[in-house]
Amino acid sequence: MTYDAKLRVWRGDADGGELRDFTVEANDGEVVLDVIHRLQATQAGDLAVRWNCKAGKCGSCSAEINGRPRLMCLTRMSTFAEDDVITVTPMRTFPVIRDLVTDVSYNYEKAAQIPAFTPQPRDADGNHRMQQVDVERPQEFRKCIECFLCQDVCHVVRDHEDNKKVFAGPRFLMRLAELDMHPLDNLDRRKVSQENFGVGMCNITKCCSEVCPEGIHITDNAIIPLKERVVDRKYDPITWLGAKIGRRPHS
Amino acid sequence: MAELERHHYDVVVIGAGGAGLRAAIEAQASGARVAVVCKSLLGKAHTVMAEGGIAAAMANVYPEDNWQVHFRDTMRGGKMLNHWRMAQLHAQEAPDRVRELEDWGALFDRTPAGLISQRDFGGHRYARLAHVGDRTGLELIRTLQQRVVALGIDVFMECTVTRLMTGPDGITGAFGYWRESGRFISWQAPSVVLATGGIGKSYKVTSNSWEYTGDGHSLALQAGATLVNMEFVQFHPTGMVWPPSVRGILVTESVRGDGGVLKNSEGTRFMFDYIPEYFRKETADTIEEADRWYDDKRNNRRPPELLPRDEVARAINSEVKAGRGTEHGGVYLDIASRRSKEYILKRLPSMYHQFMELAEVDITAEPMEVGPTCHYVMGGVEVDPDTAAAKIPGLYAAGEVAGGMHGSNRLGGNSLSDLLVFGRRAGASAAAYAQAHPVTAAQLDDDAVAEAGKAALAPFEREGGENPYTIQHDLQQTMNDLVGIIRTEPEMREALDRIEELKKRVANLSVEGHRQYNPGWHLALDLPHMLKVSECIAKAALERQESRGGHTRDDFPGPTPEWGALNVICSEHDGSISLLRQPLPQMPEDLATLFEETPA
Repeated sequence: MTYDAKLRVWRGDADGGELRDFTVEANDGEVVLDVIHRLQATQAGDLAVRWNCKAGKCGSCSAEINGRPRLMCLTRMSTFAEDDVITVTPMRTFPVIRDLVTDVSYNYEKAAQIPAFTPQPRDADGNHRMQQVDVERPQEFRKCIECFLCQDVCHVVRDHEDNKKVFAGPRFLMRLAELDMHPLDNLDRRKVSQENFGVGMCNITKCCSEVCPEGIHITDNAIIPLKERVVDRKYDPITWLGAKIGRRPHS
Repeated sequence: MAELERHHYDVVVIGAGGAGLRAAIEAQASGARVAVVCKSLLGKAHTVMAEGGIAAAMANVYPEDNWQVHFRDTMRGGKMLNHWRMAQLHAQEAPDRVRELEDWGALFDRTPAGLISQRDFGGHRYARLAHVGDRTGLELIRTLQQRVVALGIDVFMECTVTRLMTGPDGITGAFGYWRESGRFISWQAPSVVLATGGIGKSYKVTSNSWEYTGDGHSLALQAGATLVNMEFVQFHPTGMVWPPSVRGILVTESVRGDGGVLKNSEGTRFMFDYIPEYFRKETADTIEEADRWYDDKRNNRRPPELLPRDEVARAINSEVKAGRGTEHGGVYLDIASRRSKEYILKRLPSMYHQFMELAEVDITAEPMEVGPTCHYVMGGVEVDPDTAAAKIPGLYAAGEVAGGMHGSNRLGGNSLSDLLVFGRRAGASAAAYAQAHPVTAAQLDDDAVAEAGKAALAPFEREGGENPYTIQHDLQQTMNDLVGIIRTEPEMREALDRIEELKKRVANLSVEGHRQYNPGWHLALDLPHMLKVSECIAKAALERQESRGGHTRDDFPGPTPEWGALNVICSEHDGSISLLRQPLPQMPEDLATLFEETPA
């Protein structure tokens, strides 16, 4: 089954741009990325779009479709009526490079600032031992494909450019939580989570969890537990006393 | 060139998949200044698509497993055409390469004893694949990415290398462009590691991403290095077939490792009809025995669904041709009727997700429709096994772009371990070479750089020419139809004629717009690479007059002992590809005794 889909695609660069209307053939079973590719191959050879796997595994083709942050490769055309106009715009939280491609370097900068994984030594036989039940919590967060849709939707940075300096965004708060729950990691990142990465700024609206294409419970399973751990450290009276008398308490 | 951005490094690694990142980590640890250059954002490389696991004889699940058994499985899977030394190093070193990933933060699924769990896969005698559900590639790339970031290695993201620079003594650097701005960039370096992956984008139905345009294969030829056995292309037996837009996307072999079976439209488990003599001794010949094997591997033989990939892909092809295919031209892969919903969701979460999202199929309730898809090239840059060095001083290759390791057919799970084992070796060798041949000696040839820049801009100079997307489409159709899973001489000759035509069309194409993030232009620069590797594949496939592994000739069915002792080497002279038959390296006696029967 083939029909003419109506697309409205943002075209432009850092200096500005506009929505342009296109009519592009769409076939049975296709996703928005297929139609964008056809647009590129037949009408707009220089239309800039990032993509790789086209199977929801790499997190490259993030955009906003009818205003909602989504992966283009996982948005089926059948979710729209044939006469709907499908509006595709670049992620709003990041500076536009060109057309649907944005500058996501904010994310790579935050990633580089997080204190690295610091493992305990191996057992005498050269292996690490961990129980499945203990790896499963951080494993959920390692499903993250770094599409940065959670970063895009998060209103802490979406509407407040200044906050980018002090707020790492859901993806990297989740990375901090992951390291905190990693059975082999030995480093305490609670202080930096609060002071450098702004875990306190998250007010748990759960928008990030809603747009996550991997269905990770970012807020419930990562950020809230991280907040609790940070608060624990900060307000627990014994911890406080320990810190005051200069001896680091065992946590 | 006024606008040229210049850099100096000891080692430039091209590609940021598993092999490239592992090479960079090792080169840096060896004291080299390292740059990683990659076409996509960091963390998006094709490694991320790998699903099943990393093959390594860690013996966590079966204490009987050891490197010799893994070595034997690998050689037999490759129909003995593998470079024995690569297969040996791979089997010996893979367990350590997996363990060190845990030191860098990887979280594999566990055994009850708390060790890394290992799963079954085609062609492996024991459960051997370290895994994380069915998203092992993501875990691998994220772990290496986070390690690279922690080490502070320079990464040039969304940057494409179009030429290697060489001088009289070998490599002097590389030239490329930033995809974002279209501006040119050069790296002066005595060592370059190619880790660019494969060639699958030359085929219409493929599991590979847009990045797989054979850049490294083509760059190696351009620099004067050689390729080995390019005729061997792996068609993974199980790609999605419906809907059309997802045709080719991979369905992991773990589905079969975890109990899934293949059925034709008549409901028959047809793989029992396709057990080759070569694997008869180790393959179950009744459904009862095959089904018992999942729980008792000591007393039962492996189900035929878990034969090596080339065997299964050919079988599916035959069933569909015989009219026993599904509605959309595939066969059924059924795990729903064999395993509980909970088990499937735990073991194959990505597959569940993929079919639900892309095909609206619930794999816990109904069978999947699958068929062969171009997945991997066994052929690649001819390298020294111990150092990963290509034939040009300063040039190294690791991972899919390197040849020899997998012979005529790669076993599932051996790719990720290959990346780690030979990525590390390439990184160490490249760093050592750079230290012995300091960067000051490597002078980039200004004329060559200017010429590379001019060539890159040529598509903008022409007006009214053809659009690159049409040419790419025609190449993909040609390779799919004429140099695909089953090959004949007339078809391959026709393919070579068409490739000559396509070369002329590429020379005349033009692109619209300007240099800033322009995919049409990027594709125009990838096309010559794609054509060159396609020509190598077609020529080598025409040369090898036998059927073996990932190379099946209708006109020469079955392997021959003569061809079993020969590699086909491609090299480039004045822009044309020439072939050479080269004797296989001789396996030493102590390893040869591991094979109780001589191969065909």
